[in-house]
Amino acid sequence: MPEGAGSGTRGAWFPRWFWPSFATPATLWLVVFFVVPFYVILAIAFGQLDQIFLTPIPVYNPLHWNANAFVDVVQQFTTSGSVYQSALWHTLVFVGIATAICLLIGYPVAYFIARHAGRHKTLFLVLFIAPFWISYMMRMLAWMNLLQPNGYVNRGLEALGLIDQPIQWLNGKPITVILGLAYGYVPYMILPLYGTLDRINTATLEASRDLGAGQIHTFFRVTLPLSRQGILAGIVIVTLPMFGDYYTTNLLASTRNTAMVGTLIVSSMGSSLVQQGASLVLLLLLVLLLPMLYYLRETSRASELVSGA
Amino acid sequence: MRRFFRWLRNPWAKARFLWAIAIGYMAWTLLPVGIAVLFSFNSTRALTAWHGFSTRWYVGDVNSVWDDPTLKAALFQSLKLATLTVLIAVPLGVAFALALDRWRGRGSGTQNFLMLFSFITPEIAIGVALFLFVIQVATGIGLGFTAQVAGLSMYMMAYPVIVVRARLLSIGKEYEEAAMDLGASPIGALRRVLLPLLSPAIFASVAIVFAAAIDNFVISSQLSSGAGDQTVPIMIYSAARRGPLPSLNALATLTLSASMLLIGMAVWIYRRGTRGERKAARTAIPLV
Repeated sequence: MPEGAGSGTRGAWFPRWFWPSFATPATLWLVVFFVVPFYVILAIAFGQLDQIFLTPIPVYNPLHWNANAFVDVVQQFTTSGSVYQSALWHTLVFVGIATAICLLIGYPVAYFIARHAGRHKTLFLVLFIAPFWISYMMRMLAWMNLLQPNGYVNRGLEALGLIDQPIQWLNGKPITVILGLAYGYVPYMILPLYGTLDRINTATLEASRDLGAGQIHTFFRVTLPLSRQGILAGIVIVTLPMFGDYYTTNLLASTRNTAMVGTLIVSSMGSSLVQQGASLVLLLLLVLLLPMLYYLRETSRASELVSGA
Repeated sequence: MRRFFRWLRNPWAKARFLWAIAIGYMAWTLLPVGIAVLFSFNSTRALTAWHGFSTRWYVGDVNSVWDDPTLKAALFQSLKLATLTVLIAVPLGVAFALALDRWRGRGSGTQNFLMLFSFITPEIAIGVALFLFVIQVATGIGLGFTAQVAGLSMYMMAYPVIVVRARLLSIGKEYEEAAMDLGASPIGALRRVLLPLLSPAIFASVAIVFAAAIDNFVISSQLSSGAGDQTVPIMIYSAARRGPLPSLNALATLTLSASMLLIGMAVWIYRRGTRGERKAARTAIPLV
C-alpha cells in the first residue's frame, strides 16, 4: 500500500484528492452532454404537446410525466400495415440478413488471419484494418459509383451474359441495402472474432488431433465452441449501429419500401413529430440495452485478462 | 510463377479455400474504394468510364475541390471540427484514464461505466439527444459548430481513455514514485515522468480521434444547422444521389489520405515508443 507507507513523509506520495480530481472534467463533460441530453429525451417523450403549434413542451418533473404519446407509438408498431410496422419489419429483416452475411464472411477471414496468414499476417492485418479509417460515406460513395446503371457492376454482369438490361440497383432494391449494410459493418465483426480466435491455445487443438479427432471434427468440437464469445461480441457490435442506421438505406435505396426505424427517427426530428421521434429513440435504446450491457461486461472481462487482475 | 501454378494444381494443400476467401474479402472491401479514388483523377466528368489522368477535380476546374467554394469550405470545416475535437477530447480523456488507473476508489467504477456506455450507445440516439438538448435546453449553444464540437468530443473521449489505460497498465507506478522519492512534487512527477512515458499513447489518441472526427457523419449531421457547418461526410451524403462530379470523389480522397497518413504515423510512433516492451502492452490496442 504505497499511500499508507508514504503518509509520514510530507509530499512523498500523491495526496488523496490528487487522482480523483483528474476524472472531474471528463465526468462533467459526460454529464452535461450525455446524461442531461438523455433526460431531455425522456422529458419530451413523456412530456406535453403544444396544441396549436404541435411543438413538444418538455416536462422535467417525473411526477407529471404522461405516457400517452409513448403508448401511441408502441400501438403504431402493432397496427398491421402502418408505416411504423413496415419500417420495423425492414429493420429486422435487413439487419438479420446483413448480420448473418457479416458472420459468414467474417468468420473464415478472421480464422484465416489468426491461423493461416503465416508470415503475411501483418500485411493482412493492415489491409483488414484499413476500412476502419476510410469514411463510411466514402465507402458508400464508392459503391454508388459502381452500381450506376452504366457502372462497372452492370457492365460486368452484361459481359458475363447474366443480364441483358442494366439493373437499377439504386432504385429501392432491398438487396442493395442489405449488401450495403454487410459491406459497411463487416470489419467490426472481424475484429472481436480475430481476437478470440488468436487467443485460442494451439495446444488444445493439438490435443484434439492427438485424441483422434479430424480437422473438421476439431473445428466443430473445439474451435467453434471456444470462439463463441467472439461470435456474440461481433454480432452485438455489428447490430448496435445497424439498428440505428438510416444513411445506408437513404443513400442506396431512398424509397418508402426500404425505410428503416432509423429513417423514421431522423425524419421526425425536423417535423411536427418530435415527440414520436423521442419515443422511438427510447424504444430503440430499451431493445438494445441488454446487448449493450452484455458487451460491456464481456469487454471489461477481457481487459481484466490483459491486466492479469 | 511455376511455383504458383503448382500451388494452383494441388487442391488439397493447406487452407486453399481460406486463402481464396481472405483475398476475395480484401478485394471486396478495398477495390471499390480504390476505384473511387482512381476516378477522382479522371479527365472527364464520367464516374463510370476512364478517360485518362488529370488533377482537374482537385484544382483548376471551376468545380474542383479548390475552386468550388462549397467543397473547399467543407474540407476546411472538417479539419476545423476534427482539430477542436482533438483539443478537447484528448486532454479530458488522458486525465480521465490517469484518474481511473491510479485511483480505484468509490465512484471510479460508475464513472468508467458511464464513459464506456456513452461510447457504445448507437450514434443516432446520441445525435437525437444532443439535437433536442441544444434546441430545448442549451439554446445558448444552439445547432451548429459549437454543438458539433461538444457532441463529438464527448463521444470520442473514450478513445484516449482506452489507449492511455492500455499503456498505463504496462508502465506501472514505480517511475512516478521514484521521482517523488527524489523530491518531485505530484505535479512535477506527472509532468516530467508520467507524461513523457505516455507520449506514444497520447499521440496515437490524437491520430485516432482526429481520423474518427473527420469521418464522423451521424452526430455532426444531426447537429448541423445548415450550409455553414457542412463537413465532408455531410457533403458526400447530400450530394451522392444527385449525379455528383468526380470532384466529390476528390474531396473524399483528400480526407481519406489525411486519416490514413495520421493513423500510419500513429502506428509507427507507438511502435517506436514502446519498442522492447511486453507484448501484451503493445497489442493491447486493437486498432493500432
